[in-house]
Amino acid sequence: MWPALVTWLTTSAHWQGANGVPVRILEHLQYTGLSMLFALAIGLPVGALVGHTGRGGVLVVGVANGLRALPSLGLLTIVVLGLGLGLAPPIAALTVLAVPPLLAGTYAGIRAVDPAVVDAARGMGMREWEILLKVEVPNAMPLIFGGIRSATLQVVATATIAADVALGGLGRYVIDGLAQLDYAQMLAGALLVAVLAIVVDLVLVGVQRLVVSPGLAESGVSRRRATSRRTRNAAVSVTRGN
Amino acid sequence: MIAWLNDHWDLVFSLSGQHLYLALVPVVIGFVLAVPLGWLATRSGALRATIFYVFGFIYSIPSLALLVVLPVLLGTQILDPINLMAALTIYTVALLVRSVVDALSSVPWEVRTAATAMGFRPLRRFFSVELPMSIPVLVAGLRVAAVSSISLVSVGALLGVGGLGNLFNDGFHRNFIGEIVIGVVASLILALVTDAVLVLIGRLSTPWTRVG
Repeated sequence: MWPALVTWLTTSAHWQGANGVPVRILEHLQYTGLSMLFALAIGLPVGALVGHTGRGGVLVVGVANGLRALPSLGLLTIVVLGLGLGLAPPIAALTVLAVPPLLAGTYAGIRAVDPAVVDAARGMGMREWEILLKVEVPNAMPLIFGGIRSATLQVVATATIAADVALGGLGRYVIDGLAQLDYAQMLAGALLVAVLAIVVDLVLVGVQRLVVSPGLAESGVSRRRATSRRTRNAAVSVTRGN
Repeated sequence: MIAWLNDHWDLVFSLSGQHLYLALVPVVIGFVLAVPLGWLATRSGALRATIFYVFGFIYSIPSLALLVVLPVLLGTQILDPINLMAALTIYTVALLVRSVVDALSSVPWEVRTAATAMGFRPLRRFFSVELPMSIPVLVAGLRVAAVSSISLVSVGALLGVGGLGNLFNDGFHRNFIGEIVIGVVASLILALVTDAVLVLIGRLSTPWTRVG
């Protein structure tokens, strides 16, 4: 089986044209990027507001967990039958998939900020929105980024199902390989998705290094210990769906 | 949709049963494997880092990819349900190892020391003191694992074994949205009921948490 895979991957025809690997990777990244943009636009503000005010926390955790139980494949097929084929259905399904970890990560991150720090900011005369944007969000960055990485990972992995509704992306190879009983092609598709997921995650780790304040990274261990109990239920939600 | 449901109750029930079986057997096996692994991880820092790293990596493998690769590694047929169950077991272990470590670390140090002072040997202390004490955190991890597993089973439908996921494929190819909606709703109900049952088990098995 492995020789067939190597043969598939080293056949130059598989790397050219509209069904070539580079094009499929770009399509895959396009679905991922669009879905993440929409999901970030929903998950970050809602998570930050609920985390800051402390109101509706139970609802947010409940909604996040409920959405996680939604099977992406079912959601995707419903949207396709409702809206017709096209880019919208997979983007919608993938956005729904990405919102829970973002929401949970942002909410848990903001809640886990040391109340003494928030009090100090308030005592210094900061307005509420300043506290949120200048104190809470920067302090919550490690957990927010945990949510972003977990969401992106799921979206990259699940974007394969776009191929099930006549779109492109790396899922094309898996679905076509299955239909044609071309095992090498399926395996190549699966391998490429896994590699892409890992590469994208590494890029995000790099971005995280740049964005997260070094002060937070140093005291990471003690912070985690101090806040773990309070945020456990919320933090546990920052995991994978499909 | 209702008419279809009335004609197909048998199908929905048998697929739901299959779905639960495919989703929960891996959770049980994964749990049994995760407890000793998590215990090992609490023994030494180096071991913990290695275990977290390895399972973090495994967790990043997409489900569809894992489903395709496993038959090659296991030597099974591509359409064999074992592949799906093995994949779900792997994800469960990856998810639960962290919970087990968290759970065991949540046992107060005084309690552990008191048990030792009372003459509990390590193995017995683990099963009769540390494990029961960590049930609340373990249940939190199990709930996430079970719900994720139930929603993941549907992906197997792309490879012909997916419980309620089969309704998605069938409805899609016949252009019948009702069938898919029923599949999604049934899948949600399974997840909610399983979640509630786990909460109940957690409460029943920790009566001391409710004693004033």
